[in-house]
Amino acid sequence: MHELSIAMSIVEMAQEEAERRGSVQVHAVQLRLGQLSGVVKQALLSSYEMACATTLLEGSQLLIEEVPVEVFCPKCELPRLVTSIQWFCCPECGTPTPTVLHGKELEVVALEMTE
Amino acid sequence: MKAETRVAPCLVPRLVEVRRNVLKQNDVIARVLREQFRTAGVLAVSLVSSPGSGKTAFLEKTLTLLHSRYKVAALVGDLATENDAARLARSHAPVRQIITGTVCHLEVAMVQNALKGRELNQLDFLFIENVGNLVCPSSYDLGEELRFVLLSVTEGEDKPLKYPTIFHSADVAIITKSDLAAAVEFDEATTRRNIQAVRPGMEVFKLSSKTGEGMTEFLEFLKRHRTRPTAASV
Repeated sequence: MHELSIAMSIVEMAQEEAERRGSVQVHAVQLRLGQLSGVVKQALLSSYEMACATTLLEGSQLLIEEVPVEVFCPKCELPRLVTSIQWFCCPECGTPTPTVLHGKELEVVALEMTE
Repeated sequence: MKAETRVAPCLVPRLVEVRRNVLKQNDVIARVLREQFRTAGVLAVSLVSSPGSGKTAFLEKTLTLLHSRYKVAALVGDLATENDAARLARSHAPVRQIITGTVCHLEVAMVQNALKGRELNQLDFLFIENVGNLVCPSSYDLGEELRFVLLSVTEGEDKPLKYPTIFHSADVAIITKSDLAAAVEFDEATTRRNIQAVRPGMEVFKLSSKTGEGMTEFLEFLKRHRTRPTAASV
């Protein structure tokens, strides 16, 4: 369970960004979370609340946008969304592919703040 | 006289774009370390698996077999105890234990710290044994050139399907304890199929650290991935 340490990094990063902009309060953090990031959404949400305590982010929301796994199909020569992360192949033609275009994201995209 | 106008502070929340990778700090150090390994001509590989799948026995065997002709070193991560380092010291290769405390995985800063004072260009191979865990280590780049995921024949054929993220993040799969395969009726074809489902094209080795079966093929693979002259021969 490494979600607490990830949550603490998110809070630290958000706090740094907020302070740099002279913000008084952060209401929400928007995060993109890939299905292959190795981070569990539910565990991250509960860790986030703990990590926010006594910081500028206390009471803020973590808004998670889950990013599905997109691979590149060498046969169709197109990006495709896999139907399951237990099966890395093109959903259209069935060609196996290890080339991942999206799905590993663990990225703070935006902060909702009051200045 | 003009009335003084005051602008009220803006209290309406606004959205500020940030776009920052949460693990950037780790990834930046990992990139630097990988470059250092490459420049020094050392092949750095990491090992991940669940606890008890035979990482340390495999590493002990590998270090012992490589030690006579190559300069090898290992770092081993554990939550507690220096038992693994003591076991690996029997191979006569230099080994450093990384005690992570409550942390369930290695992060690159721990690796960088454990390498302090070591001349990388004096090494041919560096092995980094992660904490036994098939979940958390997948998120952290350690600067390794190759990541090996191990699963033993006693663990069940569906392990790759249960932990697709870590299997997908690895470059090579190693099936360990092959000497026990018959006793546990290990279904090799299904295991290989499951590995290929989560990571198409992944190279797979099947070996036994106890009997040495399959070790020759594996060592050949390692040597092929080292392109520079050996530090031991310099």
